[in-house]
Amino acid sequence: MGTKSTTAERPRAAAELGRLTLVCVLAWLIPGAGHLLQGRRGKGLVFLVALPLMFAIGLWLQGRLFPLELSDPLVFLGAIANRGIGAPYFIARLLDVGAGTVTDASYEYGNTFLMTAGLLNFLVMLDAFDVAQGRK
Amino acid sequence: MTTSHFLLMALFALFVSLVFAILLRDDPREQLKTGGMMFAGFVVAEFVLGWLLFAFPL
Repeated sequence: MGTKSTTAERPRAAAELGRLTLVCVLAWLIPGAGHLLQGRRGKGLVFLVALPLMFAIGLWLQGRLFPLELSDPLVFLGAIANRGIGAPYFIARLLDVGAGTVTDASYEYGNTFLMTAGLLNFLVMLDAFDVAQGRK
Repeated sequence: MTTSHFLLMALFALFVSLVFAILLRDDPREQLKTGGMMFAGFVVAEFVLGWLLFAFPL
């Protein structure tokens, strides 16, 4: 027996999808915002401070923000990881920082901080999605 | 820029442990325990790998 959605259920499902999308986009753009939006203030505030700070330390350590180059798969993956942090990435690009100094002793540390901050924010975004779905 | 490798790795471990502990646990005591264990694991691994690299220089 098939299940047919009623006219009352359809707008509710659309609203739910819209809410999930909003949570995910906000969680990506502003680290911790997905948790703050859902009333998880403690967790949200820690992510809001820790992840951009980690990203800023990566820039201070002369790390590089990688370009989206499909010809070099490792650079491409690094670029995806860099963009995971959301707004801080775009602010850094606007301020023209993140060129990276390859001769600097801390260059690789900087790259590691920059990419890990982005990847951790992806995990935080997935956690916010789980909270929004009622799984946590 | 002169920076200590050990301190940079410890700082990295601190951030990663903090985020994972908060993601994985809800209770503050559990978060502290998980984060502390994770951080200690990172620092011990730093020492072990550091000494291994000292014995086998690249």
